[in-house]
Amino acid sequence: MPRLYRLSASEVVDKVKRGEITAEEYIISIIERARRVDNRVNAYITATFNEALNKAREVDEKIKRGEKVGGLAGVAIAVKDNICTFGIRTTCASRMLENFIPPYDATVVERIKREDAVIIGKTNMDEFAMGSTTETSYFGPTRNPWDLSKVPGGSSGGSAAALIAGEATLALGSDTGGSIRCPASYCSIIGLKPTYGLVSRYGLIAYANSLEQIGPMARSTVDCALLLSFIGGYDPKDSTSVNISLGDYVGSLTDDLRGLKVGVIKEFFGEGVEEPVKKNVWRSIHLLEGLGAAYEEISLPSLDYALAAYYIIAMSEASSNLARYDGLRYGFRVEHDDADWAKIYARNRSIGFGAEVKRRIILGTYALSAGYYEQYYLKALKVRTVIRREFEAALKRFDVLLGPTMPLPPFNLGEKIQDPLTLYMCDVLTVPANLIGYPSISIPCGFEGNLPIGLQLIGRPFNEDMLLKVSFTLEENTSYIRREPSLQ
Amino acid sequence: MRRHVSKEDVEHIAWLAHIELTEEEKEVFTEQFNRILEFFRKIDEVDTEGVPPTYHVLDLVNVSRGDEVGETLPKELVLKNAPRREGNFFKSPRIV
Repeated sequence: MPRLYRLSASEVVDKVKRGEITAEEYIISIIERARRVDNRVNAYITATFNEALNKAREVDEKIKRGEKVGGLAGVAIAVKDNICTFGIRTTCASRMLENFIPPYDATVVERIKREDAVIIGKTNMDEFAMGSTTETSYFGPTRNPWDLSKVPGGSSGGSAAALIAGEATLALGSDTGGSIRCPASYCSIIGLKPTYGLVSRYGLIAYANSLEQIGPMARSTVDCALLLSFIGGYDPKDSTSVNISLGDYVGSLTDDLRGLKVGVIKEFFGEGVEEPVKKNVWRSIHLLEGLGAAYEEISLPSLDYALAAYYIIAMSEASSNLARYDGLRYGFRVEHDDADWAKIYARNRSIGFGAEVKRRIILGTYALSAGYYEQYYLKALKVRTVIRREFEAALKRFDVLLGPTMPLPPFNLGEKIQDPLTLYMCDVLTVPANLIGYPSISIPCGFEGNLPIGLQLIGRPFNEDMLLKVSFTLEENTSYIRREPSLQ
Repeated sequence: MRRHVSKEDVEHIAWLAHIELTEEEKEVFTEQFNRILEFFRKIDEVDTEGVPPTYHVLDLVNVSRGDEVGETLPKELVLKNAPRREGNFFKSPRIV
């Protein structure tokens, strides 16, 4: 029996439609795999195996009856637990939302359901997507399938780990400051943060709304492109959704890079970026050169300020977005609530939120408070403009900008979690794309021992097809993405 | 290192954010906040004279839709997640 759980999404759709396999037997293979490994990986907060089986049978029935099925027919998709799913609890990995059952679907969920995808479970993450290791989850950390003593990256760590461990075929993540690309890099999969406004955020539980996007995660570029083509596009329910026609993400995948101009960002190889990372990324740059691309090193000096500006903005927005959690209409509420409103409100939040969430809410409140607003928040927004102008100018000269995704390979669980500032530093290479809203992708580019290294591309707004084309070419010419962890 | 916030400041800001902190949290947060805020002040070095702020990366202003009645959620569904309810109402703690 072939390992059905390792099939790609396009293979599943093809085989299921042609009746070579049933969606049911493939979904059973995924469920068995998840049952075997997830006690160690902890990729899922809520597994939806029964619903998944029912949906798979429904797809098989449709095919048997000769009815038309959708473009993701039968495919097992893992959905990050900050994306609302009707009737399936959506926790944001927080005690605050431990029992929250959304009364509606996020637009992206509605869209994948329309294509007959099968939701296999809700994935683990850092609480409210605040973190880069998936360690701040109320439901315990996810472990890296390549080495269970290492972090899988975050905050979409469950989605990335589920993919590489064979517990899902496609996954949805969200990326506020690297939360798709970081775990993609650490788990050796492909993760794309789309241009701000390309994918609807309706039903995404907000952390920092001017920075975040939902995006596709997959074990191949074709699959990543396929998922993007179904979740992207205008949605009247999201006022920041952009009304443009989508590219043909799958159809335009070629491995012809002749004439491609790559800007290698000098600052992305600076202090704090470890040697094995540089070595592997540079090898890929030379590979691209050999395939017909031309590269040049460029300097974007304002990048030195991106991390500070990002955290000020993200925390400020978080303090506002998370003010809604009062334990009144939904969310955690203390047992004894006979004290006055303000006291109960504060107590619900003190118990419902974990330490990192509290840190960000309080610091954000500070940065927005009278007397500090200009110094922190407004100044950070101006720095954001400076950074954006530099990128805009650079992307007039180059088709894509390139650097590592993460400054260091996956590290040990518990290694950095006690020191917030050290942990924030890990996001230094991923936050710029969120500040400026440009698309960015992480692609596997090597290993240090058995620990994955990823490279990152940043492209022009709505130029996702270019990023996917480079990713596809690297995939065709290397074998990293086809490697599997030894997890049994 | 400059001292940006005192323990009393942290207590006050937490109160503004409606978060109750334990004594231990106050101590730890004060130390951490001072280091984080010191790091934030790095942006002081950037010359932003005459540079407008980017609140938002898209050039969208006042996105509005027609004022038409659409679908609404049934009452039961709306109240389903309420920790306390009374009839068709959310039950709140005492306000005054």
